[in-house]
Amino acid sequence: MQLRTLQKILWAVASFATLAFGTWQFSQDRGPSVGEQAPFRPTFALPDAEGQLRTQADFEGKHLLVFFGFTNCPDVCPTTLAEVAQVMDDLSAQAANVQSLFISVDPVRDRALGLAEFTGAFHPSILGLAGDDTQTRAAADSFYIHYERQDDTTAPDGYSMSHSPALYLVGPDGDWLRQFSYGTPAAEILADLRSRL
Amino acid sequence: MKTHILSALILMASSPAIACESTSIGDLSVVGPWSRATIGAGRPAVFYVAITNGGASDDALLAISTPAANMPMLHETIVTDGVASMLHAMSIPLPAGQTVQLAPGGYHGMLMGLTAALKEGETFPITLTFEVAGDVTVNVAVLSLRAEGPDCGTDGQ
Repeated sequence: MQLRTLQKILWAVASFATLAFGTWQFSQDRGPSVGEQAPFRPTFALPDAEGQLRTQADFEGKHLLVFFGFTNCPDVCPTTLAEVAQVMDDLSAQAANVQSLFISVDPVRDRALGLAEFTGAFHPSILGLAGDDTQTRAAADSFYIHYERQDDTTAPDGYSMSHSPALYLVGPDGDWLRQFSYGTPAAEILADLRSRL
Repeated sequence: MKTHILSALILMASSPAIACESTSIGDLSVVGPWSRATIGAGRPAVFYVAITNGGASDDALLAISTPAANMPMLHETIVTDGVASMLHAMSIPLPAGQTVQLAPGGYHGMLMGLTAALKEGETFPITLTFEVAGDVTVNVAVLSLRAEGPDCGTDGQ
């Protein structure tokens, strides 16, 4: 009798844990859910460090690995760009078929701090793009990603940027293919890319 | 003279070895303090470390200070609904018997107002202030900009 009560409790605990884990996993996977439902083609028109306007059409035929971030970000952005750099190194000859992009969500400050200097420190092949507010918002919207300025007295210049920290993969014909959630190991991204190249 | 020999020894030792050092204060062990090289001094640097509370009572990390930066703060990266935000952490709880990681994508120290660029291979001191255990100063290894952590062979628990 006592055992049965214990069993009931254990089952309840197990069910709760499964439910909790499921919920947690679901919340981890949430991203641009639109991508899972209907195929779409993100677009952008943003100047690079030299001021030359770049659009998705410039990279037709290549896979695009796209990250939205800001150069004053000490944690998430360097971690992800370090992984992108590792992927680009490990792709060796196949790297010619992949263009990695860093799109600034803090373009004015990033231009002042040095955009090319930042991306180049991770990997010479990473192209930094920083437009005006309208161009940046349009690019983010087309990827279905979110970013926002957050006032924070404990951050440099009194603000920080919140942003979607995932990496987005766009195919050679411009189709959005998938996202790699923040923290996906470089080896996993590499394997996925190799299977497509 | 003694200090000079000591600093020479610290400089000679390779960064990963420094980064794998463990320092004890009271019931706490502070393990593997590391940072990433910076591009100039205009952007904030980061500070990561693992802290184990081997005692029977809770403690908390209240603050960090370092001659390397004028405004070091504790922050936490939180990902909610696919959006990462960086929030100021008033303190980082260190529950009894647990290890808390300041690691990429979570709690971290943000070193603003760098006095100089951090160069790979260098070390700098940082003082951690704990609620119960008090202050302890450790040497932080500056790893490459692309480092994901020191290779101590005990990572990823």
